Amino acid sequence: MSELQPPGTMAVALMIARKDLAIEYRTRSAFFSSLVFSLLGVSIFYMVWDPTAVRPIDMAPGVLWTIFAFAGMLGLHRAFGLELQTRAMDGLLLAPVPREAIFLGKALSNLVYVSAVLAVTIPAVVLFYNLEFGSGLLILGGIGILAAVGLVTVGTLFSSMTVHTRFAELLLPMLALPFFIPVVVPAAQASAKLLVGAELRTVMPWIQVLVAFDLMFGVACVLAFPFTIED
Amino acid sequence: MPIFDWLLAVAVVALAAVMARAIWFTPPEALQGEAQKIFYLHVPSAVVGLYLACPLVAIGGAMYLWLRDDRLDRLAESSAEVALVFLSIVLVTGPLWGKPIWGTWWTWDARLTSTLFLWFILLGYTVLRGAIEDRQQRARYSAVLGILASLLVPFIHLSVRLFRTMHPQPIVLAPEKPKLSAEMGLTLSLAFIAFTLLFIALLRGRLKYAALRDRVEALEAGDA
Amino acid sequence: MTSPSPTGSPADVPVCETVSLVRRFGRRRAVAGVDLRIHAGECLALFGPNGAGKTTLLRLLAGLLRPTSGEVRLLGRTLTSHSAVERGRVGLISHQSMLYDVLTVAENVAFAARLHGVRDVAGATTMALDRLGLRGRELTPVRALSRGWQQRVSIARAIVHDPALVLLDEPYTGLDVSGARALTELLRSLRDGGAALALVTHSVEEGLTLATHAAIVLDGQIRRRDLTAGLDPVLYAASYRDLALESAA
Repeated sequence: MSELQPPGTMAVALMIARKDLAIEYRTRSAFFSSLVFSLLGVSIFYMVWDPTAVRPIDMAPGVLWTIFAFAGMLGLHRAFGLELQTRAMDGLLLAPVPREAIFLGKALSNLVYVSAVLAVTIPAVVLFYNLEFGSGLLILGGIGILAAVGLVTVGTLFSSMTVHTRFAELLLPMLALPFFIPVVVPAAQASAKLLVGAELRTVMPWIQVLVAFDLMFGVACVLAFPFTIED
Repeated sequence: MPIFDWLLAVAVVALAAVMARAIWFTPPEALQGEAQKIFYLHVPSAVVGLYLACPLVAIGGAMYLWLRDDRLDRLAESSAEVALVFLSIVLVTGPLWGKPIWGTWWTWDARLTSTLFLWFILLGYTVLRGAIEDRQQRARYSAVLGILASLLVPFIHLSVRLFRTMHPQPIVLAPEKPKLSAEMGLTLSLAFIAFTLLFIALLRGRLKYAALRDRVEALEAGDA
Repeated sequence: MTSPSPTGSPADVPVCETVSLVRRFGRRRAVAGVDLRIHAGECLALFGPNGAGKTTLLRLLAGLLRPTSGEVRLLGRTLTSHSAVERGRVGLISHQSMLYDVLTVAENVAFAARLHGVRDVAGATTMALDRLGLRGRELTPVRALSRGWQQRVSIARAIVHDPALVLLDEPYTGLDVSGARALTELLRSLRDGGAALALVTHSVEEGLTLATHAAIVLDGQIRRRDLTAGLDPVLYAASYRDLALESAA
């Protein structure tokens, strides 16, 4: 059996993420639903406020990150859901790979997915809300990545549990949303400052919260994941 | 098993006695008047709920993952439900006091907001438990949630505090901390004792129930 | 057991061994104290009615379920949730296809090969597809295949890494005559090549074709064990029926 060489953690994670993205690319169902949801949300939010009373620039950050959290969550079940239909998850668990690698792979494919939704939603908000955004857009992108990492790590872990329960679609938001507060609030607050031309320095405390959250929950979720799949 | 729970009876009597003392035999606070007396209910439930019951949920869960003893899972389960009761008391009595004193039912300060979200998480925790059939799976999942929640609370606290330092808040009326006379201090201490007793009694009762339920399950499985 | 063991381990170490294996699901004991051994080159057929605990037993052997008590040893080493390498030596063919229906036949099999760390992924994939007569269907998405052909892909997926222990849960379900023949040939060559096989079925005829050993599972326990050499299939089927009916009553 010399030709068997169990692959490393990162290699497996990439393998799984690539496979997930290939499936998503061929069906595109989840991505388009999230995208449409997100664009609809952005436009509906615009119309429920009186634009002469609240300036669009004041609404935009809150709308962007709230929609981001909800749209991101819509797609999270897909990652483990597609493993359950035919119990393909058993195939992953049978393979000589560390459990953590499965989590990393799933989180990675979710991250690509959420970032892709975000990559369309941010320009849409800039467009619909008539925002003037120069170099700030780049920083906003950076905040977006930090927020996406936080959302995806926690969301992937919870979806790996809720996917096995009754009323999974209802339970995931109930468990995950409180955990998105330290992601959405800093992201929205930092974007709001940047939008009115504040310097990066003034939003640093928020960015620090995001980084700390990502690190803390990144480690915690990787460690916790094996407990969610053992039978 | 006797139906009568002597510990619960003692706790309820103690609680009633403390409340009677608070209402009729403790002088009202100078500035806040009678409304301040809700403190004798609010503060002990908050302290017992937040610093006794909630940590037990996370500790019970973490210990379960380590030792795999069903009793630890029952401890986490029972603590979560009792914590839910205490935090509900906090969230109801808080606004009742806030309206006459602060002039507003609700304010998004760090403590209040963290308590509210903790309450939501506990609610999610009990719903999650109800959604899983298998006992081991239920124990593992809720342990994971309990541990992650304990990591989350500081982040929520931090976010809300940062939010407040960056946004000037509407000034709420009245001071936050009333000065307590010796007599008030004694009533409050007695209230703490009564609530701790109540907590222990409720937790003990809930643990007994959970143990019995699991025992019935085992008997029905036919491996007594 | 004349062929060399595929593991290089001495032939007297069983590929798979269980010691008083028990698994409970809440109120129910699905597996209630099972001891069995399967050596390289042997095929154990496990017969039992629905709900006898056969599937649970296979999932325990695969390391997909944790025993409530007792243990599973693969190639002499106790299986735990961390023993990734040992788990990788198992091939499981279950009721569920474990396939991604959007991906093609070749992609599914190659993905399994890669996960198991097969060096020559393309070669192993082609060989597995060949053995199941899947040539010419490599680029078909799995969902476009009929149930029987999906079963063949699922079998190809399970054996692409040349497992030392092959676990089969009703593998003939959905296969047509040629598929069933291809499967029997494949299993025979795996067995003769030194793999250990555990075959779960409720059809005595299917089971006894390849089995070197047979066992009847009822209520999570092994009720009867036999060597299949010289066993009369008709008599065996009759006694299996009697035992099953007796336990149902």
